[in-house]
Amino acid sequence: MIGALDAKIPHGPLDQKWRSHRDHSRLVSPNNRRKFEIIVVGSGLAGGSAAATLGELGYRVKCFCFQDSPRRAHSIAAQGGINAAKNYQNDGDSVYRLFYDTIKGGDFRSREANVYRLAEVSNQIIDQCVEQGVPFAREYGGLLANRSFGGAQVSRTFYARGQTGQQLLLGCYQALCRQITAGTVQMFPQTEMLDVVIVDGNAKGIITRSLRSGKIDKHAGDAVVLATGGYGNVFYLSTNARGCNVTATYRAYKKGALFANPSFTQIHPTCIPVSGEHQSKLTLMSESLRNDGRVWVPKRKEDREKPPGQIPEADRDYYLERKYPSYGNLAPRDISSRAAKEVCDEGRGVGPGGRGVYLDFADAIKRLGEDTIRERYGNLFEVYEKITGENAYKVPMRIYPAVHYTMGGLWVDYDLMSNVPGLFVIGEANFSDHGANRLGASALMQGLADGYFILPYTLPNYLASQMGKRPPADSPEFQQAESDVRTRIRKLLDVDGKRSLDSIHRELGLLLWDKCGMSRHAKGLREALVKIRELREEFWRNVRVLGKDQDFNQSLERAGRVADFLEFAELMCIDALERNESCGGHFREEHQTPEGEALRDDENQAAVFAWEFQGDGESPKLHPEPLHFETVHLTQRSYK
Amino acid sequence: MNFKLKIWRQKDRQSRGKLIDYEVRDISPNTSFLEMLDILNENLLGRGEEPIAFDSDCREGICGTCSLTINGEAHGPDHPGAVCELYMRKFRDGETIVVEPFRVRSFPLVKDLVIDRSALDRIVQAGGFISARAGSAPEANSTPIPKHDADLAMEAAACIGCGACAAACPNGSAMLFTAAKVSHLSLLPQGRPERATRALKMVQIMDAEGFGNCTNTYECEAVCPAEISVSFIAKLNREYAHAILQRGTGE
Repeated sequence: MIGALDAKIPHGPLDQKWRSHRDHSRLVSPNNRRKFEIIVVGSGLAGGSAAATLGELGYRVKCFCFQDSPRRAHSIAAQGGINAAKNYQNDGDSVYRLFYDTIKGGDFRSREANVYRLAEVSNQIIDQCVEQGVPFAREYGGLLANRSFGGAQVSRTFYARGQTGQQLLLGCYQALCRQITAGTVQMFPQTEMLDVVIVDGNAKGIITRSLRSGKIDKHAGDAVVLATGGYGNVFYLSTNARGCNVTATYRAYKKGALFANPSFTQIHPTCIPVSGEHQSKLTLMSESLRNDGRVWVPKRKEDREKPPGQIPEADRDYYLERKYPSYGNLAPRDISSRAAKEVCDEGRGVGPGGRGVYLDFADAIKRLGEDTIRERYGNLFEVYEKITGENAYKVPMRIYPAVHYTMGGLWVDYDLMSNVPGLFVIGEANFSDHGANRLGASALMQGLADGYFILPYTLPNYLASQMGKRPPADSPEFQQAESDVRTRIRKLLDVDGKRSLDSIHRELGLLLWDKCGMSRHAKGLREALVKIRELREEFWRNVRVLGKDQDFNQSLERAGRVADFLEFAELMCIDALERNESCGGHFREEHQTPEGEALRDDENQAAVFAWEFQGDGESPKLHPEPLHFETVHLTQRSYK
Repeated sequence: MNFKLKIWRQKDRQSRGKLIDYEVRDISPNTSFLEMLDILNENLLGRGEEPIAFDSDCREGICGTCSLTINGEAHGPDHPGAVCELYMRKFRDGETIVVEPFRVRSFPLVKDLVIDRSALDRIVQAGGFISARAGSAPEANSTPIPKHDADLAMEAAACIGCGACAAACPNGSAMLFTAAKVSHLSLLPQGRPERATRALKMVQIMDAEGFGNCTNTYECEAVCPAEISVSFIAKLNREYAHAILQRGTGE
């Protein structure tokens, strides 16, 4: 039984909470740290930085990733940048402003204390990354450069070309490599977590499967840290890497960890439109392009098939600039995505199928010259040309929203610990900082904040009471979990039906995109719930997974992930149905202002919706955590 | 479009592998090469044959997971770019396409087109880092770095770690990979304290892993998806020579 949720927010003024919490948290002394074994699942920005930092501190760390090297975690694909409140541009930025922009950007559905802490540590992250050798962009004087991102009126984003995620990840991968050499971190690549093991109510280990050999192993630890990223691939098509999945967090949910706000997904406005049925993933075009590109569609439906060059200025609708004059093309992601959907729904969309809008650089090229644009975005223009065969220096890019990030995740308290003691969740895998919509360049900030500067302080607070409590990896709880994992694998291989994994996954994705995507309504969500159950039954009756268990078997690894998506999708729709308001990326058609903007219900719904698993086939139980706003005043988000 | 494919199939490291003939039909020119393989795998599954194992993840050219040699070229004909950025419009209708794994002695085969590139991780573990403990960093703008140096460091740091350089090299050399990391870190003031030991240790492990030497054929640069310049190999040679001299004089 779980009682009222306690986020354990420290008392005191907002700007002193984190300091005072650190001052009063319990510590583990240096000579005792090597007695603790910490399991970190995931090696992206959050997991990689946590594993490296815990290793530096002297803990013994086991780090697991499904990729063949920790350097390939999906953080690597982040393009645009990382926010910090350095105020190097002298344009009025501050910790408070970064905090406020983030909480407003999230449509007031995140915790003040967590977000304030994030803004506070943002500056340390930049210091740390520069020291590691991250080659951020610089000005001619040798100092760090910044650019603007959506949802902010200051220039606070640090970047390394269009490859910021790559450079930050390589920074933490290299720190991880240093610890592997030092012997504090043991790395397990190509190893997937298939279950968490709970002993006496505490998370004390995991069950893994080697993707290389199929071998199942039991690992005991003093604490388990999940840094396994988001679940955007539940939609089949997303900007996530092919391997991204919900399995680790969903398995933890089934073991009692609460899943918070699962319906909060971010649909990114600037992606290359879908071109055909064969497509396996969608490609993001960095939001930074909106610094110089102007978004438009024809004013009249009849013009939508005309070449863009033949549509005169007067007949173009620069709809973001028209609707949101003060933010213009840099309106936040949820708002820009919805606006694109709206103009396409009106029949004014461009390109195949009418699902696209123009992102036009002609004015910027006229103003700055093609060379400047090439220097700023050259690699993105090349990617665009490879995929579409079109030259965006000559014709406008076509873009359309796509699933990109998931704000929902496992519920955690201020210490980033889930309701299961000893189970910590960091980075995109938790729900904590972005509310109902994440601002651009904040994911990298959160991942590294959690791993370098928050978890290393909060983990000892738990460990201090756990000395000598690590169970042996052959205790009954481990044996039971292992046997459950084996049974499930056998079950997947035994179905031996006719349908391919991809066809089922694709069907699930289309259903969610339609009913639980950029806009949702109660009737559609109820229909989706029925169809998801039918599809899940179809999967367990008719899926075809070939090959063996004790082998390198890519079909089997994907089958387990798709099976979890088929259960998780139901939880998403239940959450979306329960949240009777519109906020951020969660747009319920029943709740909108006369201008079509999201209409929140602060009176009844200013809360985190955390769900507890009640058994297969049972409805999950809702545990709302009310959000208290002491510093910010809740307003209707306006970017006009 | 229709294609004839000759694809390397090998059960595991111990078994003998061979090229097997396949056909795919009605492929849209906007299909990526890996999506074409997905379609082939769907067809194989329908016939009850085990799908072809191949690696990929981000499918946008940055994670470095995909690793195919197509018609004898690492990452196929559309340079610069990884296989996942290769589209079928780059091939002729009816063309026969040969697909093999990256063939490097230091990258043992796992299954079909999947290889083990952990040797590259071990080269970085030998010293491809700056020892900067979290919490100890000074203010980020306290050390200005000339834009030229930072940009050059970025060019080297752009390496995606795919190993195509070694696959294209007649000697199976990983010099471009190692040079990129050594150059990236030695170009920055933060990387200077460990500069000499880093070059020595990384080269030592690179040799121990069985990679060959560089004989300046520049095949690596030609296939590199991140367009890493061979001039970084010259820089690595200088760094290494400098480190050896320093060590000789006890500096």
